[in-house]
Amino acid sequence: MSNDLTERTVGEASPPSSNHFVAPLEETPLVAIDVVKVAEKPSNLWIDAWRDARRRPIFWISGALILLVCVVALFPWLFTNVPPNNDCQLINSNGGPTSGHILGFTKQGCDVYSRIINGTSTSLAVGIIVIVLTTFLGIIFGAFAGFYGGATDAFLSRIGDIFFSIPYILAAVVIMSVLVNYRSVWTISLAIGLFAWPATARVLRAEILRVKNSDFVMASEALGVSSLRILLRHVLPNSIAPVIAITTISLAAAIVAEATLSFLGVGLGSSIMSWGNDINQAQRDLRTNPQTLIYPSLALSITVFAFILMGEVIRDALDPKARALR
Amino acid sequence: MSITLPSSAAEGRTDDRVPLLQINNLQVGFRTQTGLVPAVRGASLTLHAGETLAIVGESGSGKSTTAHAIISLLPGSGMVTGGEILFEGRDLTKISEKEMQDIRGKLIGFVPQDPMSNLNPVWSVGFQVQEAIKANGIAKGKADIKKHAVQVLKEAGLADADKRLKQFPHQFSGGMRQRVLIGIGLSSRPKLLIADEPTSALDVTVQRTILDNLEKLTREIGTALLFITHDLGLAAERAEHLVVMYKGQVVESGPSREILANPLHPYTQRLVAAAPSLASRRIQSSSHKLTELDYKATDVTEGLDLIETAEARADLLAAAKPREDAIVVENLTKVYKIRGAKEPFTAVDDVSFSIQRGTTMALVGESGSGKSTVAKMLLRLEDVTHGEIRINGINTAPLKGKALLSLRRKMQPVFQDPYGSLDPLRNIGNTIAEPLNTHKVGDKKARRERVFELLEQVSLPQSLSSRYPNELSGGQRQRVAIARALALKPEIVILDEAVSALDVLVQAQILQLLSDLQTELDLTYLFITHDLAVVRVIADHVSVMQRGKIVERATTDEVFDNPQKEYTKELLNAIPGAGIALRV
Amino acid sequence: MAGYILRRLLQAIPVFFGTTFLIYFMVFAMPGDPILALFGDKTPSPALVAQLRAQYHLDQPFIVQYFIYIGGIFQGNFGMSYSGQPVSEILLRTFPVTLRLAVLALFFETVFGILVGLISGLRKGKLFDGSSLVVSLILISLPIFVIAFVAQYVFGVQLGWARTTVGPGAPIQDLILPALVLASISFAQIVRLTRSSVIETSSLDFVRTAYGKGLSRNRIVPVHILRNSLIPVVTYLATDFGVLLVGATVTEGIFNVPGVGNTLYQAIIRSEGPTVVSFVTVMVLLYLVVNLIVDLLYGLLDPRIRYVK
Repeated sequence: MSNDLTERTVGEASPPSSNHFVAPLEETPLVAIDVVKVAEKPSNLWIDAWRDARRRPIFWISGALILLVCVVALFPWLFTNVPPNNDCQLINSNGGPTSGHILGFTKQGCDVYSRIINGTSTSLAVGIIVIVLTTFLGIIFGAFAGFYGGATDAFLSRIGDIFFSIPYILAAVVIMSVLVNYRSVWTISLAIGLFAWPATARVLRAEILRVKNSDFVMASEALGVSSLRILLRHVLPNSIAPVIAITTISLAAAIVAEATLSFLGVGLGSSIMSWGNDINQAQRDLRTNPQTLIYPSLALSITVFAFILMGEVIRDALDPKARALR
Repeated sequence: MSITLPSSAAEGRTDDRVPLLQINNLQVGFRTQTGLVPAVRGASLTLHAGETLAIVGESGSGKSTTAHAIISLLPGSGMVTGGEILFEGRDLTKISEKEMQDIRGKLIGFVPQDPMSNLNPVWSVGFQVQEAIKANGIAKGKADIKKHAVQVLKEAGLADADKRLKQFPHQFSGGMRQRVLIGIGLSSRPKLLIADEPTSALDVTVQRTILDNLEKLTREIGTALLFITHDLGLAAERAEHLVVMYKGQVVESGPSREILANPLHPYTQRLVAAAPSLASRRIQSSSHKLTELDYKATDVTEGLDLIETAEARADLLAAAKPREDAIVVENLTKVYKIRGAKEPFTAVDDVSFSIQRGTTMALVGESGSGKSTVAKMLLRLEDVTHGEIRINGINTAPLKGKALLSLRRKMQPVFQDPYGSLDPLRNIGNTIAEPLNTHKVGDKKARRERVFELLEQVSLPQSLSSRYPNELSGGQRQRVAIARALALKPEIVILDEAVSALDVLVQAQILQLLSDLQTELDLTYLFITHDLAVVRVIADHVSVMQRGKIVERATTDEVFDNPQKEYTKELLNAIPGAGIALRV
Repeated sequence: MAGYILRRLLQAIPVFFGTTFLIYFMVFAMPGDPILALFGDKTPSPALVAQLRAQYHLDQPFIVQYFIYIGGIFQGNFGMSYSGQPVSEILLRTFPVTLRLAVLALFFETVFGILVGLISGLRKGKLFDGSSLVVSLILISLPIFVIAFVAQYVFGVQLGWARTTVGPGAPIQDLILPALVLASISFAQIVRLTRSSVIETSSLDFVRTAYGKGLSRNRIVPVHILRNSLIPVVTYLATDFGVLLVGATVTEGIFNVPGVGNTLYQAIIRSEGPTVVSFVTVMVLLYLVVNLIVDLLYGLLDPRIRYVK
């Protein structure tokens, strides 16, 4: 490239002997190479996820519902002052709505509304204890299996396979059948959580396998960062997003599991307020008094729906691939 | 744009032929949440029957979008918003989907970019060839279709096609799959074949034989070829005409040789200056030695002219006195046991080399040659099976604890994938500070200052330290990776395909940066690459690896001027641009 | 393929022993008298207790008990029910009914689920897609017994279109409503999975190449898009079989279908612990077998698996 090139006026029509075309420079201006262009605010996965979620109406709708469920669970006396259990009078058996008892009475003459309000904390507590347990076990098993690989992986994954091969509700049925004298929120949560964690572990393991082969992990290794620190500082934070997304959905599943077990009569003892118990009690009166069945079912379904919706929003927000599916 | 259409009529030359393909002022946009984003802004080109034309540009230039628009294969959110695409006089932007379906495959063939993802993994290769033949009505009846499929694949270079029809894509190598795709593209003897970067994903030597075959086939059939590529040298070698695209516009077009010899648009001049294949050809074809060359970059090519980079380094080396070896590798061997396989796999086989302090050695090889395994053993990320690695005279194998940490301080890597080399959840400042934190260098304030100093060294603004990797381009991420590697003031940097994934202009900038840093900080580089062209401008010594062994080892000049081994010659020949007259 | 089958079978062995051991452990390693614990508030007759003690070899060390029990399973001996009938006999009687119900439910959920999911995926963002999303999310949120009661109340009690309980011999027409209820849980998941799989596959390179070859959309949708999208759906069906088992227990109980699930349901609500344990074991083994079969089927669907050494 000799210097005479620069002397030629760029953009001038090319010589007529050839059809060498050059666009005029003013129409095709050169831009500096690889300029740093950044938005006003920093952005990474979590920041972007929050920006995405808060733009969606269903985030706010499900969030409000979940907040309501939490408030009801924590402060039931704000919503009703009718005691759910000890004020039942058989005279009111299967009675319709009256003033102060807007949803009517159960067969035992208990206030349906009050029982629903007071049963909220049970469902929520089971949901939260179960996800704490499954997330904890899932992370321990999934992270170590995925990150260390080899024999560790084979051993931990087989254990996961075994627990995964017993559908958790069936396992809980057996456990709760044996623990007939120890039925409480804690035991039912343990029974569900003990067999529900492999799903979380599998998701995390797959994610860790993907992340641990990244160049940035190798770069940290080459720096002499210890392997546990690499796992905790680099690999786990980059693999945890799908776990968070399924956690919300697991919470909904745990609430359903408790209700199903209580419905089957192997859940919580009859002294504990639970939507599942109420549905169990009401099923015989389906023909005569369907509302005693419908209201607790509705409360259960709306709560589950709120968490399912939130799970959808979180998954979409955290997974750019899922966002593209919208 | 409409004033200077690149059609021959506008130039006054008499050409009465109706062009096979004529694109006039094409506009293509993509719908996004923020509105229509233009990808092609008034592109025009003309291609005559039986001729070849290459569209050249960097990623985002609109070259592939233009090609996809022709046969209406734009992704969901893309749409033609203006202009016309005349194929044999018919405007393809105005025809129905059904009419387009009759044109695709039959009149216009298509060869996609990545052979790995363009065959359906669940159907056999034969099935996928045969369905194309059937859909385009080339043959009728099961036996005929099969016969035709075998013939098509044989032409494309699959000698044992009849035996392999029942096999699935994952049983084929990348090169073989690309042959299948070329076979499909040409199966109906189309008038036009659109080849979108058909060999970018393949090894250089495979690339060459496949392109030779493609050229032969299209010539025999008389198919016009529209070739999309990012490599100007390759484009000029393979096509009679060039169209250079930049940010959705055509900046220059015309006969290939002329554009290369006499690039008029400053963007084309930049491309010519920065393309490694052309730079290496230019250095080779010059009668002067690099040190005797008195070469100056022009205003527009300042900072990315590879010849200037090469010359500066050659001058420096000539002035330097011989020094001790920073790295010595002796009889290095790595054997992997593979589960289920009887024979263990020898990835690295008796490799020996040494690198003098302050110089660059390139380790060149195709995929699977074992070059990256050598890097990992050097970095102590993999154990050595046999042999010895000595850094500054110290055998690295037994090092542990503090001694190993001090080895790591002396030697740092930069890896290939700009999108994987930085932790996406840690900001740039923390990423660059990680080496300082790990090795407990200085206090908090000193570390912060060092991060700013490093950002400046790699020409990035300090404000980036609170930003995250996803806000940066590939080139910028590699700069950050370089800054992280330099944080501990190492003596040796191992560059494992560090510039391979970058666009040419960005690549040239990073090469220049690496060259400047070497001078400034007295660094020793081990430069691992598959691209021999880059080696010509960056390395002092070259070791060529093939199947785990070093087949040739010499100074860069010797390897390029007088290659000893057949394999090295093959690699050199695979650098595009042979036989094109180029001025230095 | 032979290697793949062999490896998959070998992997199933530790899982088989692991699951049976776990169930056995949960029941018999608990403190106190397991036999009495299994009956909860009930007091079984001394004769029954004695019989159960003999059946479970409670005088032996725990690990010996387990292997005697496993040996029994291999001989098709799953123990005795509360009423003194061998569990295997009850199984032979009830299994065909459950099989009919399950096949019917699988048919509904896969055919309708894949169809709705495919249309949603191909018409992403359109009205159909939006409606199917809302319906799926609602269905996913409804516990199976709620769906069962609603269906029973609306179609059985209110509209009188179907019988609220299944008649003797469980004729197909009586099973349609329970099967639809059973199908509803997984239907929504299959719709969502098929939809995302279809959208993802549609954007893959080989689909664009198929268009480039000159193929018509009518060919590309079934041959290239749907075919590939089915792979994750089939995998899902395997893991989902556990949900189907639990669902069958509840549905059969509510609609009084004389199947395996109903037997378990009755045993649970009557606190007949030993029967519960036997039937749960049977279901878990069934789940293992189905997963094994689906995994082998997966090899047929995906050639990349088939040819791995």
